[in-house]
Amino acid sequence: MNYFPDEVIEHVFHFVNSNKDRNSISLVCKLWYRIERFSRSRVLVGNCYAITPERVIARFPCLKSLFLKGKPHFADFNLVPQDWGGYVYPWIKCLEKNRTNLEELRLKRMIVTDDSLELVAKSFSNFKSLVLVSCEGFTTDGLAAIAANCRFLRELDLQENEIEDHRGQWLNCFSESCTSLVALNFACLKGDINLAALERLVARSPNLKSLRLNRSVPVETLHRILVQAPQLVDIGVGSFVCDPESETFLKLTALLQKRHSIRSLSGFFEMTLYCAPAIYPLFSNLISLNLSYAPAFPGKELIKILQLCGKLQKLWVLDCIGDKGLEIVAYSCKELQELRVFPSDPDGDGNATFVTEEGLVAISSGCPKLNSLLYFCAQMTNAALITVARNCPNFIRFRLCILDPTKPDAATLQPLDEGFGAIVQACKGLRRLSISGHLTDQVFQYIGMHAKNLEMLSVAFAGGSDKGMLHVLNGCEKLNKLEIRDCPYGDGALLNNVRKYETMRSLWMSSCNISMGGCRMLAKSMPRLNVEVINENGDLNRDGDDDQLVDKLFVYRTLAGPRTDAPDFVWTL
Amino acid sequence: MTPPLLGVGEECQSNVTLPSSSASLKASSKNLELHERNYMMGLFGCPTIKGPAAAGVFGDCKSNLNLKATELRLGLPGSQSPDRGVDLSSGEPDEKLLFPLHPSNNSHSGNKRGFADAMNTNGASEGKFMANSDVKAMLSPRSGTNIGQKSQPGLESAGPKAPRGVEGATLQVTQEQPSSGIKESRAAGTPAPKAQVVGWPPIRSYRKNSLAATSKNVEEVDGKAGAGAVFLKVSMDGAPYLRKVDLRNYSAYQELSSSLEKMFSCFIIGQYGTNGARGKEKQGDNMPKDAMDGTDYVLTYEDKDGDWMLVGDVPWEMFLDTCRKLRIMKGSDAIGLAPRATDKCKSKN
Repeated sequence: MNYFPDEVIEHVFHFVNSNKDRNSISLVCKLWYRIERFSRSRVLVGNCYAITPERVIARFPCLKSLFLKGKPHFADFNLVPQDWGGYVYPWIKCLEKNRTNLEELRLKRMIVTDDSLELVAKSFSNFKSLVLVSCEGFTTDGLAAIAANCRFLRELDLQENEIEDHRGQWLNCFSESCTSLVALNFACLKGDINLAALERLVARSPNLKSLRLNRSVPVETLHRILVQAPQLVDIGVGSFVCDPESETFLKLTALLQKRHSIRSLSGFFEMTLYCAPAIYPLFSNLISLNLSYAPAFPGKELIKILQLCGKLQKLWVLDCIGDKGLEIVAYSCKELQELRVFPSDPDGDGNATFVTEEGLVAISSGCPKLNSLLYFCAQMTNAALITVARNCPNFIRFRLCILDPTKPDAATLQPLDEGFGAIVQACKGLRRLSISGHLTDQVFQYIGMHAKNLEMLSVAFAGGSDKGMLHVLNGCEKLNKLEIRDCPYGDGALLNNVRKYETMRSLWMSSCNISMGGCRMLAKSMPRLNVEVINENGDLNRDGDDDQLVDKLFVYRTLAGPRTDAPDFVWTL
Repeated sequence: MTPPLLGVGEECQSNVTLPSSSASLKASSKNLELHERNYMMGLFGCPTIKGPAAAGVFGDCKSNLNLKATELRLGLPGSQSPDRGVDLSSGEPDEKLLFPLHPSNNSHSGNKRGFADAMNTNGASEGKFMANSDVKAMLSPRSGTNIGQKSQPGLESAGPKAPRGVEGATLQVTQEQPSSGIKESRAAGTPAPKAQVVGWPPIRSYRKNSLAATSKNVEEVDGKAGAGAVFLKVSMDGAPYLRKVDLRNYSAYQELSSSLEKMFSCFIIGQYGTNGARGKEKQGDNMPKDAMDGTDYVLTYEDKDGDWMLVGDVPWEMFLDTCRKLRIMKGSDAIGLAPRATDKCKSKN
């Protein structure tokens, strides 16, 4: 390849898109490194504190698309204090200063302020796509700035963010000349929006393929939008509350009967059940269905609907579907690849429906293509997991969450080691695993032995000893992220294989048996790791004894040194 | 099979302290505001012990409020400490707690809350009584509280659910029992009616808040879009005439149940008039009364399909949609009604 002119090599690289491959290419030789870095336009920084924005831009001057991730995953579950960090502003400032031609910005679990959004909107004239997942810190004013200034905006995708809704007119801010929208998702907004502005926006966006509304958008508007936009492929219904006798409903029913192009459906934050039959005609064409925010669909209704979904590949649903419902899914949805079953009653306040191992076994035997699972269930058994492993050896992501986190095998009262062991043994391609239930060191031995492709492991309330963690650290060669909570691992486990942490993106340990001394030792022996002790309750004394127990520890490799924006309660040792 | 249920009503707030200090426990138990968790039981005589300010909806169990029964103890779920005898006739609340039942724990019938217990032939007042063990751990917001001595991760607790992060309490972790887990996560900082584990189950708070908001909205929406009142007939076995209720007046099962109880109390008194101080003791101290000592009533409904279902299984909004008629059945008749293994407090508020 070295006999080819650089342009040819560059052209070849153009076809290599995955970040991993690109990273590998750049390690081949200096020439390739140089060519690759000038041709890379899409950059993923998995931990925004692992490197400074300046260095990223210096290495990839032609970057057009940046994907940044901030807080550790457990921040989603309130385990990371509010002000821990993950601010995007410095990144945007740096991009702006270097006059990067930023077109796409994707952020996950970061703190985004209105100022940042405004800066994005005003600094990058070609800005096309903003995707925010699980972020917070901004309001609809920031969205207004984006809407007003990004004339070529194609995608505005807000997924599960906490956005302060000023009920302003941010939708109005889209200029009349903005006709380039392809995807608009504001389902997570809590407030009202200007419906007329929405309709006008849809009317002037002929390329709009994906539209996800929030709960304030009534069914009348939905109807008008559907009329205006026959090209829509992905719809997130806001509110589907209507009077079955009304004209809107009749017209909508007629319209939906003919919309065969809709492939993806979600939303239904509010629903009049009696009106559900209007949407039945959509289901046979659906590839993706997300009813996990639609508690108004009782199990029976879900069953009726799912029987129609012969082409479904991705299903997100609440556990009120029950095991029986999952059996129906297994029978009807042979193309299913991804299933997520969420608890409809996470706090156990009164809803008695749930799913168990039976539903999972049914799915595994009916849906051979299943490769991604997130399953919140009331109980599980080893036998079931073994069966699932046998039926579905193709799992890439397997996340099982038993609502009672230390519950053993419901039938035998044994730990669930054998079950998960079977999963890791059978699923050679497993990249992500979350385990729960009563577990001992044995399961980690299996994981260390068999899960050779595992990149991310989440463990909660497991039992056993330090050996468990060591099995994983020593055995899982591709381990990238390890997050542990409420397990009995101590300094021995933490310090046994410190070099491993430089090969990983991050390690999170909370409510384990780690001491200040252990953390200090780790920090001392591995200078290129940031060892952050999060002293949320103020119990710890920074200069105090080694044997103080550290409740929350976050360790990550970094080329940027200790971060400068850490709050008082986060100590980088 | 059920999400761990701490079996604590919304007002329960007790600081868990070690059982050894029983004196202080007794004191603290007085501060317990125990609230009827299972609306059904509350309606029909599940003895509950109330603290002074509680929203006393249900009648008092017995005039001899057995404080001992409210004492926090740690013991295997479903077991009674030796000195407590289960003296059912005296109406001592059965303290088999409402721990979520693991199928493995079947033998401890006391663990099963609800229906099956209602059928307890020894007339036990209903194992649903969770008074004592109501451990309402007030978790400090985002308290990354360490369980401290974790001999076993996970919160096995026998007896009172010893939630993690309980201030000052040491978790008694018993190894024998499979977890009678109590871990529910909760929005940080909210006083939890049950011991909550931060961040469990692991779902994004956005999703949790959204579901909560949605269920509230659904109620409102039903009100708005709806046809006004939803009047349903309510019959009670043995009563000479039926009543009608408007379901729209209530937003949760508990309200419905308390209202029904008031409505049908006259029939009950008639039967058990001599049974001690029945009737709502308006002593400012609304004690749920075990009106039907030894007889259980169960609230059921007929749904759209004509099936008779146990009230309380589905979310309130769903119930509004599907319920066509209500019937208060005698416990003995209700056996065939597919009991759920746990009945949890429908505290939707």
